[in-house]
Amino acid sequence: MVEESRCALSSAREEVLARVRTSIGTRAAEQEVIREYRQAGQLSEPGRINLFVDRLEDYNAGVYRCAAPDLPDTIAAALTARQKHRIIVPPGFPAEYLPPGFDFIRDQGFEYTQLDATDGALTAATAAIAMTGSIILTHSETEGRRALTLIPDYHLCIVRANQLVETVPEGIRALGARRTSPVTTIAGPSATADIEMTRVKGVHGPRTLDVIIIL
Amino acid sequence: MSIRVGESAEAATFPKAAKKLLANTQLRRNVRRATDTIRNKRAKVVGEMPDWEQLRTAAQQIKQRTLRNLDSYLEQFEKACTAAGGKVHWARDADEANKIVVDIIRGHGQKEVIKVKTMTSDETRLNKALEAAGIAPYETDLADLIIQLGNDKPSHIVVPALHRNKSEIRQIFMDTMGLTELGHKPEDLAAAARDYLRERFLRVKVGFSGANFAIAETGSVCVVESEGNGRMCITLPDVLITMFGIEKIIPTFDDLEVFLQLLPRSATGERMNPYNSIWTGVTPGDGPKEFHVVLLDNGRTRVLADEESRETLHCIRCAACLNACPVYRQTGGHAYGSIYSGPIGAILTPQLQGMEHSTSLPYASSLCGACYEVCPVKINIPEILIHLRRKIVESGGAPMTERMGMAVAGFTLEDSGRLGAAQKLVQLGRQPLDALGLPGWSVARDLPAIPTESFREWWKNRGAR
Amino acid sequence: MHLLDTLGVDVETRRSSPVLISLFITCYNDTLFPGTGRAVVRVLERLGHTVEFRESQTCCGQMHYNTGYHPEAVRIMRKFLQDFRGAEVICVPSASCVAMIRDHYPKMAAEAGMEREVADILPLVFEFTELLTDKLGVTDVGATYPHSVTLHTSCHALRSLHAGDRPQRLLQEVRGLDYLQLPASDQCCGFGGTFAIKNAEVSTAMLSEKMRSILETGAEVCTGADNSCLMHIGGGLSRQRATARCVHIAEILASEEGHE
Repeated sequence: MVEESRCALSSAREEVLARVRTSIGTRAAEQEVIREYRQAGQLSEPGRINLFVDRLEDYNAGVYRCAAPDLPDTIAAALTARQKHRIIVPPGFPAEYLPPGFDFIRDQGFEYTQLDATDGALTAATAAIAMTGSIILTHSETEGRRALTLIPDYHLCIVRANQLVETVPEGIRALGARRTSPVTTIAGPSATADIEMTRVKGVHGPRTLDVIIIL
Repeated sequence: MSIRVGESAEAATFPKAAKKLLANTQLRRNVRRATDTIRNKRAKVVGEMPDWEQLRTAAQQIKQRTLRNLDSYLEQFEKACTAAGGKVHWARDADEANKIVVDIIRGHGQKEVIKVKTMTSDETRLNKALEAAGIAPYETDLADLIIQLGNDKPSHIVVPALHRNKSEIRQIFMDTMGLTELGHKPEDLAAAARDYLRERFLRVKVGFSGANFAIAETGSVCVVESEGNGRMCITLPDVLITMFGIEKIIPTFDDLEVFLQLLPRSATGERMNPYNSIWTGVTPGDGPKEFHVVLLDNGRTRVLADEESRETLHCIRCAACLNACPVYRQTGGHAYGSIYSGPIGAILTPQLQGMEHSTSLPYASSLCGACYEVCPVKINIPEILIHLRRKIVESGGAPMTERMGMAVAGFTLEDSGRLGAAQKLVQLGRQPLDALGLPGWSVARDLPAIPTESFREWWKNRGAR
Repeated sequence: MHLLDTLGVDVETRRSSPVLISLFITCYNDTLFPGTGRAVVRVLERLGHTVEFRESQTCCGQMHYNTGYHPEAVRIMRKFLQDFRGAEVICVPSASCVAMIRDHYPKMAAEAGMEREVADILPLVFEFTELLTDKLGVTDVGATYPHSVTLHTSCHALRSLHAGDRPQRLLQEVRGLDYLQLPASDQCCGFGGTFAIKNAEVSTAMLSEKMRSILETGAEVCTGADNSCLMHIGGGLSRQRATARCVHIAEILASEEGHE
């Protein structure tokens, strides 16, 4: 049975490929794709940050800016403002950034229902794109596995100013070797416009997104 | 062979289906409102891109290059995906694809699957095959859920339930979710969908998705979405099956930088959609433990074979052409009898399904060109519509009266003497024509008064006057 | 008082020297709208140019091409190329026929082995309003037309010819003319050649919307560079017994005081 189905599958492969080859017909020499679109950005760092903030606010995401030493206080302020207390954090998230007074839980591969029972997730990011207000996660030790920033209803994400690029091409390049890790780009909280094209914020992903930019 | 595009082989002709839909004023109002909204949003965010045309050109060239070398890109993808822990299956047609999916789910002893919006599974009618095998498919995209619960058909590629307004949707949810109370706002309806699906997301062991892009270089797959249901389906289950047409391949990872700019702005008028997920095979400790890819042909190699209309396969399913199309805006998507509606549907369905099933679709256009103007990958849809009309005529598929009329007109127009004589006939037949009108034309339009003298007669007599 | 007159600009100085213009009337203008052809002749002669009409001409082949009858279309194209061989400038009072020639002849020529002939003729072909503004360099053709007018830009004029504001510039120079902007002017009127017959219901639905936009302006006249669209729109307006009517732009530009 197994042999038979493997045989059928491999013949489908050969047949599809053969059809593709026949359909393509004669091949001419390939020419380079003309890429005259904007690749690099033009803004200075403050301009980039302002654009990023503008885009985030357009998505109704909350935005905080702070200096590195003030990070724990800023995290506390954000969580307090949203009344979030039980927060899941990725295994590699630096403990010194976690402010006192909250229930921070290190992810140890919890069940989905356990993640669902938290108030939110606190993570770092790999990069961010100002032009589109996108945060890019590659789910490293400080960003957590994908479920971590998906199941809880709140996501507080920390982006360093030097991780922020201006354009989408710069954002894709910023992934570097991490591009074959799972990649998630996030532009605002989950949303739908399926009902009368009215944008509804928050469907299945976190319904609230806050971002702290470390200057 | 069982090439299948949804139920298009059994669908009514476009004019017949359109006539029925034109009588539905509620539906037309819903379609108008939705397409107006997306069109305006698109225009705004496309207008702010100084390099839009350069992006379109790059996208077109990347797609052309992909198709010219599709065999090697497919093999490259297969190799990279397999090396990353994925398993690649090939399907010649709809039935074969459905069987692969059913067998995988059965092999794990599962009875349920959570699905994120995929046009290809609508194309193969996977849900029907799953149900026949005793497997329950749960659509998780809000619009697809509305369609599934309402036992309805999608009418738009990106917003499949755009023909429904919120009070209709509320009624569907009340009836099928067993709710006794439900608010009237879109927010209330979205919240109801969240509650309805959350338990399934956390419990069901098999996920199913399509792909917006599959990257040959790295074997990665990219899904573009807004609600987070896609992330749920590709992340939480133990087993993930991803099915897509072979034309979804792009050569390199960096090519995403072009398409991820074009697609959201064209599709929903957003600078970027809320979520993009890109994954490569299996990642220990994060997401599914088993990953299957089903590469689907189902007529695509047939489209590839015709160099004049090959670029139909460039389509990234943004549906900008639907929103721009003055025909679609009148009828909505159901008139096209296919899951692929609007201008792209009018060229894609006949080519995939076979021309004999859809001879009316290439004529469902006034050739106004609005579709080509907004297409992010520059598919010259009007030109392909004309090409397909030509194929229909050449294969003898045009109505006899039309063929005769065109032959007579052609004969007349090949000689100015014959044209002059024909003009005399028209002038003589003026009164009967005025009185009887022209079939099709005169239902809502008067004919112009037929002049007593053609221009050429006036010119000839001019010197004499 | 006209604006240019008050500024003391001599309109004449911007005009080109006399040109021999070959008129391609197009088959349906020839048969159904000879008045448009007469108007074109009047405007061009009034501007001091010479008009010739080659009587062997018939059609551009658009109807056959767009409906899928390519061998017929190629034969008609071949005839067009013969008929206009040696012409200096070709004037076409129909944007859709010009679009047919510009967009499709090159591809048809490749199939028919007539690339050279088509490449030679393309730069000579001008839609009537293009000819005035681009080739002859005029926007004020000395017309008087004391009516309120709105402009329907056909899809071919808009997306293939990229007409831009050329027709509008011409209309705004007409004395007595009250120009009214058409809302949703980029929407197709629903004519589309055989589309209007094959999909009569959808075509009519599109027409209703277009008529609503036209009537919203309150204009007496809807003009444009395509009698095909105007026949369709005018036929609808006439059926509705609307007060607005359709008039080809050449006929407006040909009008003089006391003579429409």
